[in-house]
Amino acid sequence: MTGDLVIFFLLAVIAIATAVSVVLSRNAVYSAAFLVLNLTTVALFYILLYASFIAMIQLAVYVGAIVVLFLFVIMLLGADRGESAQTLLWQRPLAIGLGVVLVGVLFYVFVIAGPFPATAASELPAGFGGPEAVGTLLLSDYVLPMEVTSVLLLAAMVGAIVLTRAERREKR
Amino acid sequence: MNVPVMYIVGLAAIVFTIGVVGVLIRRNAIVAFMSVELMLNASNLALIAFARSLPDGSGHVIVFFVIAVAAAEVAVGLALIVDIFKLRHSIDVDEMSSLKG
Repeated sequence: MTGDLVIFFLLAVIAIATAVSVVLSRNAVYSAAFLVLNLTTVALFYILLYASFIAMIQLAVYVGAIVVLFLFVIMLLGADRGESAQTLLWQRPLAIGLGVVLVGVLFYVFVIAGPFPATAASELPAGFGGPEAVGTLLLSDYVLPMEVTSVLLLAAMVGAIVLTRAERREKR
Repeated sequence: MNVPVMYIVGLAAIVFTIGVVGVLIRRNAIVAFMSVELMLNASNLALIAFARSLPDGSGHVIVFFVIAVAAAEVAVGLALIVDIFKLRHSIDVDEMSSLKG
């Protein structure tokens, strides 16, 4: 139990520090690098919570595809420069104040008043969180959502192609 | 790992709030987008923690859908950002005000 707590707090500090760095980094490339660290730390949490398949999906799709897409766009646009001068001076303190309120409310709802059991179930079904368990659920109880997701991915692909093609035709 | 589920949900709440503040204070559209990814990621962490504590595999399936939707959202969103950059040579969200009444 104490060893688990040490690992939890170590990973939690890393996750929070990298998340803050994503937001505060001046250079967008550094933000993307810290996002990789944050996503990898969360993938470690998934492994420790017996969600091995989701952890692999996280590494392959989030770290491998989404962040690389971010990096491509940053490099393509040369958008790794600083930002313009702030126009709304009250916006930053207001955002941070509201963030503190939000984290207080979330803590109250989920941690203090939450109806969740303090200890997790000690016995897990065999193969919990593995590819077989997730795949069986995906193709039995969640067939319709899965098909809708595949249509959504197709729509996103078509949308991305159309958005970039129309621009090229306009230039000619 | 056997820590109370509240600890992990508390961590998810903190990371989610960092994402919210990031969307509010950053004016670089790409960094604001990354903050949205932080928020999605925090909610996924909470779902996985609940799936572990119940235990119920449905949480894993929902996280799978969230990751798929996030991938679609990033593809379209970044295509829009590239389009806006080609038009205005800036991705500063303060300058995208042509729809203002």
